[in-house]
Amino acid sequence: MDLYEYQGKELFRRFGIPTSEGRLALTPAEARAAAEQLGGQVVVKAQVLTGGRGKAGGVKLADGPDDAEQKAAEILGLDINGHLVRKLWVESASEIAKEYYLSITFDRGEKKALFMLTTEGGIEIEQVAEETPEKLARLHVDPLEGYQPYQARRLIYGAGIDNPSEQKQLLDIIGRLYACFVGTDAMLCEINPLIVTPEGEVRALDSKFTVDDNALYKHPDIAEMRDPESVPPEERAAREKGVTYVKLDGEVGILGNGAGLVMSTLDVITLAGGRPANFCDLGGGGDAQGVVDALEVIIADPQVRSIFFNIFGGITRGDEVARGILTALEQIGIKHPIVVRLDGTNAEEGRELLAEAGPDNLHVEPTMLEGAKRAVELAA
Amino acid sequence: MAIIVDNDTKLVVQGATGREGSFHTLRNRAYGTDVVAGVTPGKGGQDLEGIPIFDTVAEAVEETGANTSMVFVPARFAADAIYEDVDAGIETVICIAEGLPAHEMLRIFNYIKPRGITMLGPNCPGALSPGKANVGIIPAEIFREGRIGLVSRSGTLTYQIGHELTQLGLGNSTIVGIGGDPVVGSSFIDVLAKFEADEETEVVVLVGEIGGAEEEKAAEFIGSEMTKPVVGYIAGFSAPPGKTMGHAGAIISGTAGTAEGKKEALEAHGVRVGTTPTEAAQLAAEVAGAVRA
Repeated sequence: MDLYEYQGKELFRRFGIPTSEGRLALTPAEARAAAEQLGGQVVVKAQVLTGGRGKAGGVKLADGPDDAEQKAAEILGLDINGHLVRKLWVESASEIAKEYYLSITFDRGEKKALFMLTTEGGIEIEQVAEETPEKLARLHVDPLEGYQPYQARRLIYGAGIDNPSEQKQLLDIIGRLYACFVGTDAMLCEINPLIVTPEGEVRALDSKFTVDDNALYKHPDIAEMRDPESVPPEERAAREKGVTYVKLDGEVGILGNGAGLVMSTLDVITLAGGRPANFCDLGGGGDAQGVVDALEVIIADPQVRSIFFNIFGGITRGDEVARGILTALEQIGIKHPIVVRLDGTNAEEGRELLAEAGPDNLHVEPTMLEGAKRAVELAA
Repeated sequence: MAIIVDNDTKLVVQGATGREGSFHTLRNRAYGTDVVAGVTPGKGGQDLEGIPIFDTVAEAVEETGANTSMVFVPARFAADAIYEDVDAGIETVICIAEGLPAHEMLRIFNYIKPRGITMLGPNCPGALSPGKANVGIIPAEIFREGRIGLVSRSGTLTYQIGHELTQLGLGNSTIVGIGGDPVVGSSFIDVLAKFEADEETEVVVLVGEIGGAEEEKAAEFIGSEMTKPVVGYIAGFSAPPGKTMGHAGAIISGTAGTAEGKKEALEAHGVRVGTTPTEAAQLAAEVAGAVRA
């Protein structure tokens, strides 16, 4: 689960990582009130779960309450990479002498946490890694050993930070960031930029924070931070029904069992000259209610012209899946042409059942490739 | 021989008395797997259709000589179950349970590796050596005995390819599902090395998907360490970019992680890659034919 900047900063503060003071605002009037409380110059920042908001006009400096209200009105409602701005973070403006970058993430390859620190902050970190890799200090942490201060010292010296006061503050921040990473079951904690003020104070000016969905049961307070409105409405409806669904931009609705097989189905639809309308995984089962829920989500997309069921019967037998499909089709009337490809255990019995009892818009195909071809033809 | 599970497998099942656990425990036994014990704390002394249930894995190992464990407990108890297995002397852990927190799995991985434990999963379908043993949820009736090793990150996709191989008259030495989570106990490389050393395996089919860099690393390994031919399949050419791990995550894999990148990496090391499961199975059949001749 990705967190907004203001939520990530709240977690940073909980672990003692210094941030600027700020307020959440949902309206221009609230932004004005926030600016009044904070006093002085403020920064009005769009809260969106995507990058590039600065370039899109989503971050603006304001001289006081009047200006903050006006800037808020400009930013609210902006569309930033398809994300509608509904929330603002109004924060005391910071004077910036230097911009550093600090992150800790999961290195899936090494199976260890990875710290990265560079004095080249404020820009895209990929660019630093590509152009000046020597300026990017990296260090893996063995999860059984845990954090030790020498690791922070190696990072700090490795990044070439030689100011003693900065070194001391960073040593503290790096240790706290590790505690935050482990303590919240995060997959990523990124501070970019980590600023140094003209007075020499080191502070997190932004946060990018991802928490492991599988660990949310341990952190009910973080689970509550999920903003249901941050995902598109059709995906929200799917999530409420427990259906794994991702909207795409094509005409062939897709329904399969198992993530790998569904991904493969998107590929064969594309190879057959069509465009998949969605990714939808029924999971292991094929019970009628699961099929009904998934179909309702798929046909809510007006772009869908045909539907391709790609089911491989394993533990769930093909005849059971066929009965599930028939019951589901009885429950919801669907006019779209539906192609079913059923293979695996008891597939023949399943296909016979469908051929006998299925409605006229149901087409049964024996293989994945033939099914894909038919579904693409029917969507044309 | 086969790999990971075979006629020497003596299986203990953690969570054998649960609904799913008992169903698959009995299925595995019906297939011919030597299921020697189940473990459910508080149910020691009971039995599941003749399979003795113990309170702890240590007792089960002592009483039955179990050497392999299948973990079928809910995710929040799975880490505990895996440590219990390892500390009781179990050599092979197959974790069917899904949804383990990634930080827990990170610690488990670093705990088991120096101890020489073989682990599959979490979130994996298990391992099947046709004619010998089935540990997990793979529908064995789809597969037949043969000389093709199959290793995959995905369940149903594995069944699809196995089914296509069967229809081409080919069988498998062992089918291995390593699991789809970001951190799993065995990599493609770990399993490829076992297939390379296995007398019964002539050809290996590697089934990958988008994300991470494991397929790219496997490609390097195949190029430098393997003498047996490998055929590949990658799912997700037309899938949208998944949940990225932010900039810091992207940096680790560089441009790797796309299906196209994985295909190119494999082909650069002489691995032929099918564009559909059907084509991958056909390629495997061609290569197997060449190996036989």
